[in-house]
Amino acid sequence: MDIFDIFLLEAIVNGVLLGGILALLALGLNLIFGVIDVVWICYAELIMIGMYTAFYLHVDYGWPLWLAFPGCVAVVSALGVVLHHFVIRPVLTAEPINQLLVTGGVLFFLQGAATLAFGVEFRNIGVKLPTFELGGMFLSLARLTAFLIALASMIGVYLFLKRTYLGTAIRAIAQDRTIMPLMGVNPSRIFLITSALGGALAGVAACLLVLQYDIHPAIGLSFGPIAFLVCVLGGLGNMIGGFLAAFIFAQFISVGGYFFHLEWGYVLAFLFFIAFMFWRPQGLLGGKS
Amino acid sequence: MRRALPWIGVALLAAAPLTGMGNYPLHLMIMCLLWAFVYTSWALMGRLGMTSLGHGAFLAVGAYGVVMAWNLFGLSPWLSLPVLLLFAALTAFLIGYPCFRLKIVGHYFALVTLALGEIARMVIVALRDQTGGSLGATPNTALADASWSLTALQFSSKLVWFYLILGFWLFGLWVWTRVDRSMARLALEAISQEEDAAASIGINVTRLKLGVTVISALMTCLGGALYAQYQLYVNPETVSGIGVSLQMVFGAIAGGMFVRLGPTVGAVFTLLLAEVLRLALGHDIHGLDTTLYGLMLVLFIIFMPKGILGAATEGWNSQRAKPAIAAA
Repeated sequence: MDIFDIFLLEAIVNGVLLGGILALLALGLNLIFGVIDVVWICYAELIMIGMYTAFYLHVDYGWPLWLAFPGCVAVVSALGVVLHHFVIRPVLTAEPINQLLVTGGVLFFLQGAATLAFGVEFRNIGVKLPTFELGGMFLSLARLTAFLIALASMIGVYLFLKRTYLGTAIRAIAQDRTIMPLMGVNPSRIFLITSALGGALAGVAACLLVLQYDIHPAIGLSFGPIAFLVCVLGGLGNMIGGFLAAFIFAQFISVGGYFFHLEWGYVLAFLFFIAFMFWRPQGLLGGKS
Repeated sequence: MRRALPWIGVALLAAAPLTGMGNYPLHLMIMCLLWAFVYTSWALMGRLGMTSLGHGAFLAVGAYGVVMAWNLFGLSPWLSLPVLLLFAALTAFLIGYPCFRLKIVGHYFALVTLALGEIARMVIVALRDQTGGSLGATPNTALADASWSLTALQFSSKLVWFYLILGFWLFGLWVWTRVDRSMARLALEAISQEEDAAASIGINVTRLKLGVTVISALMTCLGGALYAQYQLYVNPETVSGIGVSLQMVFGAIAGGMFVRLGPTVGAVFTLLLAEVLRLALGHDIHGLDTTLYGLMLVLFIIFMPKGILGAATEGWNSQRAKPAIAAA
């Protein structure tokens, strides 16, 4: 019974909150992969750019947060469109692995450009949300807010895909790329819209992360790999699977980090991931490929 | 004449340091050859459709392995390296076997191996009491009152390192040629194109893929050990994780991973690019080399997916083929 102390419970709750953010990251990636069939290796770098955007809009230009955050989402969304138009579109018919690697080049480019433009110093937006106590546990309000907004965005995307005409068109393209143009859906337009949506989700993630972490050009490397692994664990392109996988992963990180060190939590999560891949290579909810 | 050409090239390369060049150009040549060896190891499997994003793990095993064995247990690299190589081969086997059995290919293979590279980085950082964490580690010097130590595999002379690493680079090219000449390559190319079809004509897909993967891991681990012994400094960011793994992939792609000297050209190209930018612009402007590097990679993959040397050889061959067609 003494193993189930309040700190473990706190770790579990924190894991759930972390899971929300991871699920949001995975959602954007899964959306892009499911529809365009491309993995944006540079997804975390888009978020990094978003974090800088929020920082500069708020700190340098003095925009209030409620204005700076939508600005950040808009900028990253536009970035997603630019990425698709100039980088992904030319390699759409190339080998799949080239599509993965070309965005890896973008990763280096964005990282280098951010270092060039913003320097290597750590920056903080300077907005600190308080921690609060709940039944003896100390939880961060920033994490709770992030969790709730991540959840809301996911429900929003879900409703958009299920309830609107455009969303239906996107799902249709995801199911069959060759037949849908015959039904009057313009795939290149759908791809652009999906890229904008994926970028916007990265922008939302950036707004939530900027409240919790310092910004520096290499920050993408610290959560990018996790985001891909969450997607693969859930089954690449499967949004519900990604959602579940995010919470499993977050528990490994949070509870593993509680029993050992934070890094060991990650090591455990990654080892679990590899072991899981050997058991179900198609992921949690992925169909047989 | 054509047969003699490579030997003349090697002889010229070997003679280059005797012209009395400074330490800096010599260092650059050593680094080029070292990374060329590592990129070649990666391309050995990369060109066959197995895109590993986790070779940083094997590099880390070699680099951190020799340093930690020497610092913590006083074990000479001569003793620790065989154990580390065995460990790297075993890791490659443990990852490779299920992957190839379950036909985890393409994106999935890349992302599974990416997890492997990240595990290596996390373990190094987590064991910070032993490894020094993100600050990196330096092997205890054996050069306090000698200019070289065979036991510690430390040499103060760059010349020794040049010839040592030149030897390993040639060895890497030899391995490449051996794999090429064996029937295995034709089979592997068939596999990378259409795995089921290859299996249907009696190719043991799993065994061949596994063989190449283990060889590639062994060579990368060796490269990591050489890097640590030459630089006398290792850092989790430079020898493990996604950063260096992608660096290997892109070095090989930039040069052209389908031709033997492609990864070498890639190593020379990327290192010189970074050095030229650094010399031209100084240390103050951070990030410009990475920015241009990234931009060029994107352009390469879009416009020249076969890499510099790959495109050059292709152009050369079509040039020579044209008159033949005209004559016929």
